[in-house]
Amino acid sequence: MINANAKKLLEVRGLKATVAGVEILKGINLTVRAGEVHAVMGPNGSGKSTFAKALAGHPAYTVTGGEVLLEGKDLFALSPEERARAGVFLGFQYPVEIPGVSNSGFLRLSYNTVQSVRGRDELDPLEFDDFVREKMKLLDMDPGFLDRSVNDGFSGGEKKRNEILQMALLEPKLAILDETDSGLDIDALRVVANGVNGLLKPDNAVVLVTHYQRLLNYIVPDYVHVMEGGRIIKTGGKELALELETRGYDWVVDGYKKSAVTA
Amino acid sequence: MTIAATHPYIEALLKGSRELPQSAAGWLNARRAQALERANALTVPTTRDEEWRFTDITPLTRLHFQPAQVAARVALSDIGRFIVPEAAVRLVFVDGIFAPELSAVSDVPAGVQASTLAEGAKAHGALIEQHLARHAAFEHNLFAALNTAYLRDGALVTVVKNQAYAAPVHVLFVATQKEIAAYPRCLVIAETGAECMVIEDFVSLEDGAYFNNAVTEIVVGADARVRHVRLQRESLNAFHIAHCAVALDKDASYLSNTVTLGARISRYDLNVEQNGEGAAMKIDGLALISGRQLADTHTLMSHARPNGRSAQLHKTIVGGAAHAVFNGKVFVHEGAQLTDSSQQNRNLLLSGRAHVDAKPQLEIFADDVKCSHGATVGQLDAEQLFYLKSRGLSDATARNLLTYAFGAEIIDRIPVRSLVERLEQTVLEQTQAAEPGARA
Repeated sequence: MINANAKKLLEVRGLKATVAGVEILKGINLTVRAGEVHAVMGPNGSGKSTFAKALAGHPAYTVTGGEVLLEGKDLFALSPEERARAGVFLGFQYPVEIPGVSNSGFLRLSYNTVQSVRGRDELDPLEFDDFVREKMKLLDMDPGFLDRSVNDGFSGGEKKRNEILQMALLEPKLAILDETDSGLDIDALRVVANGVNGLLKPDNAVVLVTHYQRLLNYIVPDYVHVMEGGRIIKTGGKELALELETRGYDWVVDGYKKSAVTA
Repeated sequence: MTIAATHPYIEALLKGSRELPQSAAGWLNARRAQALERANALTVPTTRDEEWRFTDITPLTRLHFQPAQVAARVALSDIGRFIVPEAAVRLVFVDGIFAPELSAVSDVPAGVQASTLAEGAKAHGALIEQHLARHAAFEHNLFAALNTAYLRDGALVTVVKNQAYAAPVHVLFVATQKEIAAYPRCLVIAETGAECMVIEDFVSLEDGAYFNNAVTEIVVGADARVRHVRLQRESLNAFHIAHCAVALDKDASYLSNTVTLGARISRYDLNVEQNGEGAAMKIDGLALISGRQLADTHTLMSHARPNGRSAQLHKTIVGGAAHAVFNGKVFVHEGAQLTDSSQQNRNLLLSGRAHVDAKPQLEIFADDVKCSHGATVGQLDAEQLFYLKSRGLSDATARNLLTYAFGAEIIDRIPVRSLVERLEQTVLEQTQAAEPGARA
């Protein structure tokens, strides 16, 4: 939902980042206001996932230029855990398996950490169990996943549900969902998308990083950005995604190159 | 016996064995005499011996240990924290001497004997003779020879044919005095189709230096199944050297969970011999050490017959300036076709001064087998750390949680709830106490 007067949650200005010395992000500009859904699309290798991980503070990515403000404050002054507590959430493309750490224990620890930083009440194990089970119902998740180790042996779809469950618990201001649709069958996609839609509020925002338009049938974006070569080269409305679906990315890339030549 | 040992240290250790009263069983006296003879002939292993390459036991040989002459006074409340409520039988040995007042036997079904060897000999003399000191070879093993030379009593668990006994038998070895050498001994016999679980537990009420030299023999009959939980939580100044020999008959199963937390220097040798076709072994181990501890685990999974299966996961968590050793040998004899064996050794170093020596060894003399093995030495997984931090957990909390989880994976496999809870608490406390600054 676009509201031009809504608060700016995220401002990305000229962001550059490298991985192992190779520049992947070459100057990204993006503004996300409260209430908005943005889709960042683009061909493989365009830098979409790097962008998502750099925002969350993944140690493999080094920011070499530009600035990012979260609600007006320097995001890069914060450690990954501080970003999470401040309301940034990264939904992983490949959620990490952690054998030996119980999912319920992890979810509660994460929830309580963020709650206490925000000055809200923490929940004891029994209270949390009731609370998390309600959230799981929304995602059509079997409560049995609480007793297992974090993502350990989960199918692709189960892992993605577990990501959205964490999003539901942490109530982020800015959720960046990296290829949340990959590995999901159509039923799981619908459930996960409904889960995300249920979490959209006027005071938060979602950035969907996706290769395919499919997810956008279920979570309708206000803006669609096309990334290529580490830059956002085109921005449009939701109809741009449909056009990309039928025409591919080449025409956008070609158009960008031509405009870059004539500029 | 008046032959002097070639080595003064061995001579000193053996002094007490000559004062042991003769057993009524002639065969036992004969076996003790053989062991004494071997102990006299052997030398103390040094790092020049391949089997002891990484484990220097010089600190052990600088101290003198003698067996306890009298049983120390220990109240039941002193060992309260070690009691396992799931166990119907508890056999307690204090400084190597059986303590009937601390032991408990209730509800043992007919066909199950869980007692001292001396008591068990009344009904099972022939069975004991057949197995005791027959499986744990002492000809070339000084410490097994010493233990056998001192063999007078120990724990006995036998289960008759086709009897399944689910409740664990808890054999608790309590150390209460410094400068004492104890020779714990345990014999487990599961006859054809029988099942049982034994918890061997080494604990301490004394933080001084003492020496536990233990030998365990486990005989698993055809189609029988034995679960062996072994907890080594000795004093941090103690020395612990133990040898366990397991013999598997046709289609037998042996499952072991070993947790090593204590002792300044510890060494555990586990030899499992698959003597019958189709037998299976599953061996899990965790050593969690810090400070200046050394924990050495040597395992041998030996497949002498076809269709055997073995699976091993051995982990170590090493903090401070501690030193872990893992030597895991898988031996597939000629003719042991269709053996399926996997071995994994994972080591987590928590400090720059921590040290691990990992030596997986495969020796295969059959041509149709599936054997895999791998060893890793490392620090915490960076992707797992980032994942936890991206959910708001602090760096220290994330590291503690991952370290704990690394150990908990092994502990969770112990099918005794109260032990799992207590051990996980111990791991939690110990991993949170590790120096965070030294981990970078």
